[in-house]
Amino acid sequence: MIRIELPFHLRTLTQITGREVTVDVAPPVTIGSVLDAVEAKYPVLRGTIRDHGTLKRRPFLRFYVCEEDYSNKPPDTPLPEEIVSGKEPFAIIGAIAGG
Amino acid sequence: MSKVRVLVGTKKGAFILTSDGQRKKWEVSGPFFAGWEIYHMKGSPADPNRIYASQSSGWFGQVIQRSADGGKTWNPPGGGPIMSPQGMPQGESNKFVYEGEVGKHLWYDGTPHPWEFKRVWHLEPSLTDPETCYAGVEDAGLFRTTDGGHSWKELPALRHTKGELWQPGAGGLGLHTILLDKTNPNRMYVAISAAGTFRTDDGGKSWKPITKGLNMQYELPDKKQEVGFCVHRIAMHPSRPNVLFMQKHWDVNRSDDAGDNWHEVSGNLPSDFGFPIDVHAHEPNTIYVVPIKSDSEHYPPDAKLRVYRSKTGGDEWEPLTKGLPQKDCYVNVLRDSMAVDSLDKCGVYFGTTGGQVYASADSGDSWSPIVRDLPAVLSVEVQTLK
Repeated sequence: MIRIELPFHLRTLTQITGREVTVDVAPPVTIGSVLDAVEAKYPVLRGTIRDHGTLKRRPFLRFYVCEEDYSNKPPDTPLPEEIVSGKEPFAIIGAIAGG
Repeated sequence: MSKVRVLVGTKKGAFILTSDGQRKKWEVSGPFFAGWEIYHMKGSPADPNRIYASQSSGWFGQVIQRSADGGKTWNPPGGGPIMSPQGMPQGESNKFVYEGEVGKHLWYDGTPHPWEFKRVWHLEPSLTDPETCYAGVEDAGLFRTTDGGHSWKELPALRHTKGELWQPGAGGLGLHTILLDKTNPNRMYVAISAAGTFRTDDGGKSWKPITKGLNMQYELPDKKQEVGFCVHRIAMHPSRPNVLFMQKHWDVNRSDDAGDNWHEVSGNLPSDFGFPIDVHAHEPNTIYVVPIKSDSEHYPPDAKLRVYRSKTGGDEWEPLTKGLPQKDCYVNVLRDSMAVDSLDKCGVYFGTTGGQVYASADSGDSWSPIVRDLPAVLSVEVQTLK
């Protein structure tokens, strides 16, 4: 079971009460397959994390894995065992900006 | 007993104000979608409890929300785990994808720039079918849903109407006005900053620019001078759909032939720059604008917030000031932030970038704030409920 930490506004969109959602992903577990699973379980998130057409990450969001910035890694990048086992969450972070 | 429901979109959420027909005491509910920009909300004329809302954010993009109970509760129409017959999850309500080859419009520097969807500026529900709604988007395009917002499909012929010569205004290349003609379901008007205004007479299969007669100080990329006008808003009275009123970047204009020809009716306005324009619910020749000092200084002339009313369809204007701040006022009133109710006397409403919503229950003779200190107001719509 993969844990995904969502930023505040995406938590309100999905109407979850905690900070995280969980998904099951068949191996190989990659950035792209995790996001596919999240969007399949929560279709309201389609287009809010990745562009609908290109599937590129939206510019003001970042992906963190075990405190490492995975934002610019390709979608087929495998995720480490800590994520696959559910020990650590795959974190989607909103950039600190705005007013 | 009649009721009035005012739908207010702001920079940081949506608010709904309700009152009885007296329009003296108001209840405020919200914020809905707190922290998100709500460019527009509008109720279906065919089912007033059906309301559509455009929720967007620079971080997370576009979301469409829908209410079935007059705004008490909301849901993204395609947001649940709905399965297709093939077992694949569906979630198309946020998906605005241009039809066919994306194409290019002109960028600020005059170079070709690919169309990129940014947000929904305006939602216009069908006059007869609650499941059908039009969406005007940035970069300018027109979309339609016929399944209550689950999915949206572009009417691409509009962008093929000299779209390669459209150029964004300072606020973006947004399609901000959609007018439906209740006497002719195949006729529709749209307006785009800074492309101009367009009309279809065949339900969106083809469009023509309708800008003849508009003033333009400078040469346009379009040598025929048909597109490239910064139209801020157009309005019409439903009983007289061939008469259109326009607040342009500068100039207030009028057309008496469905937009084929325009003439200026700025008359004695203190400034003919502004954003909204609207028409009295019962007097098709009575119109309202809010003059703004200039395109460089987006606040009222002389720091006095004045609505101007013309009872002659333009040219002759009177200031309406009672109840509005007449000193030290530096707010703006954006293009989608004025609306009227259909009670007798007609109510007129507008919201400001300072977070006030002012209302008049006597056709503009006097005003009072019905809420203040909201986030900057982006849009105001009014529903008159029986």
